[in-house]
Amino acid sequence: MELGRANLDVFADTVLEIAGQDRDVLVVTSDSRGSGKLTHYGDTLPAQIIELGIAEQNVIGISAGLASAGKKVFATSPACFITARAFEQIKNDVAYSDQPVRIIGISAGVSYGALGATHHSLHDYAALRAVHNITIIAPADNFEAREAIKAIHNIDHPVYVRFGKAAIPHVHGENSTFTIGKAATIRDGHDLTFIACGETVPVALAAAELLAAQGIECRVLSMHTIKPLDEQAIRQAARETGAIITVEEHSIHGGLGEACAAVLMQQGPVVPFRIVGFPDEYMVTGSQKEIFNHYGISADGLAKTARAILG
Amino acid sequence: MLTDVELKAKSIEYRETILRIIKQARAGHTGGDLSSVDILNVLYNNILRVSPETFADPDRDRYVQSKGHSVEVLYTVLADRGFFPAQELDTLGQYQSHFIGHPTRSVPGIEQNTGALGHGLAVAVGMALAAKLDRRSYRVYTLIGDGELDEGSNWEASLAASHYKLDNLTVIIDRNGLQITGRTEDVNPLEPLADKFRAFGYAVWEVDGNDTQALIDAFSRTPFETGKPNLVLAHTIKGKGVSFIENAAKWHHRVPTDEEYAIAQRELQQAREQLS
Repeated sequence: MELGRANLDVFADTVLEIAGQDRDVLVVTSDSRGSGKLTHYGDTLPAQIIELGIAEQNVIGISAGLASAGKKVFATSPACFITARAFEQIKNDVAYSDQPVRIIGISAGVSYGALGATHHSLHDYAALRAVHNITIIAPADNFEAREAIKAIHNIDHPVYVRFGKAAIPHVHGENSTFTIGKAATIRDGHDLTFIACGETVPVALAAAELLAAQGIECRVLSMHTIKPLDEQAIRQAARETGAIITVEEHSIHGGLGEACAAVLMQQGPVVPFRIVGFPDEYMVTGSQKEIFNHYGISADGLAKTARAILG
Repeated sequence: MLTDVELKAKSIEYRETILRIIKQARAGHTGGDLSSVDILNVLYNNILRVSPETFADPDRDRYVQSKGHSVEVLYTVLADRGFFPAQELDTLGQYQSHFIGHPTRSVPGIEQNTGALGHGLAVAVGMALAAKLDRRSYRVYTLIGDGELDEGSNWEASLAASHYKLDNLTVIIDRNGLQITGRTEDVNPLEPLADKFRAFGYAVWEVDGNDTQALIDAFSRTPFETGKPNLVLAHTIKGKGVSFIENAAKWHHRVPTDEEYAIAQRELQQAREQLS
């Protein structure tokens, strides 16, 4: 896999491109334009960035008001803060009130791995899955990041998108397509499916390539939309490949894995199934890659899990 | 535009309706409804440039009720202004009614869902900021309870209102001095409140919030200072208009008994007779 750029950089470029052609686009930040790679955006379009200081509740509340008046807001702040500190504003001011705010969680998951649990967002899928009326997207690579931002330029309802800050390998080829709510097949196979989301997708693909060398052919799905979930792709994967491993940069509680498990337990088919994510414990700290490796989110770790469930 | 006598008559009528629908629903926030009746009366009848016909107009004035629990007064005034048939008020609190215990946009005329305290001001700031960005002339009003000021989000939003010089925003504080547990100054003191708001960059106007003429004077003078958000510190009486409900913390969300309701009706009828 060829290494691309950070999804965050792609977000910043894409939103600048969109905003340059649409004066209703606004970026709202919480003293986070630097973290969000939006300094250039702010310099280029100073009239289309609203700075609110270190005040995440304010970011969401004010974004809801701006959206109600027709502004196309990208409320951009570290995922750890914007989905926790401002959770009630997301729930009430945005989702319940149906104000179409685009909430952008930057440096998500364990991107700030060495900074500790205050800066990890391992709860955001779980928290927002339980809120009605908000779409949840975690792009895998630069292609998905760009397409996701383009796709949410004109929306009628709230959406949350989260990115990491590390350079990410390209997992999509030239003829790929991106549709919100529809899983992307990154690699096909018939022995097992990795259903991954966000920045664990390249890791799952690396595991699939490792396993292929050992004669095990894995399907890899990028489930970039965690809600609404592509239930049909999950059931098809279970039916056609007979085993599922979910992979996510999130707690094992309430995230992609449990969402997929609920689909299969209730609608079938029930197949061997493992959830790979972060366990319910005080997390180790380190780089995103080191934390991934520690918890088995690595080519070797996922290959080992695959061999274990295939017996 | 109503005359002051007409407004005072409306306030009595609204108080009667509020008590009737709360009694019928066997639930409601009686004290705070009655303290803010005169404020909503003046806003919707004399100040706000909004009507059922113009509610989708991007240039309409906006009203966000941050103290969402006082929803019965909002429903009552919106019904009177023709946003929906008055008989729909009778569904308050009923199974599947849109007329629930806090404002939602499923009721015509309501701009934003509220109910959790400390949310309305930031949303109103966003609306007012959008007007500035788009050079639109609409104005934004939000009503906040004094107990609600315990929520820190109000002060975050105030920083932004001042920073962005939102003189098209008018924040109204229903300063009735009581919250559910007791006096605000015993629970979590707010004074010196006007000074706090001035320090946060507001132009402050103190007013008797149960005096319709004084409220008209205040709202008509905005912006109080160019480049500063307006703050109307409305000194009100919780439960205003019914003797035994006034200034009694226990009436925050108490429902009148048959006997209390009859007394309240008599008192409001006497007030009407005194008016004429």
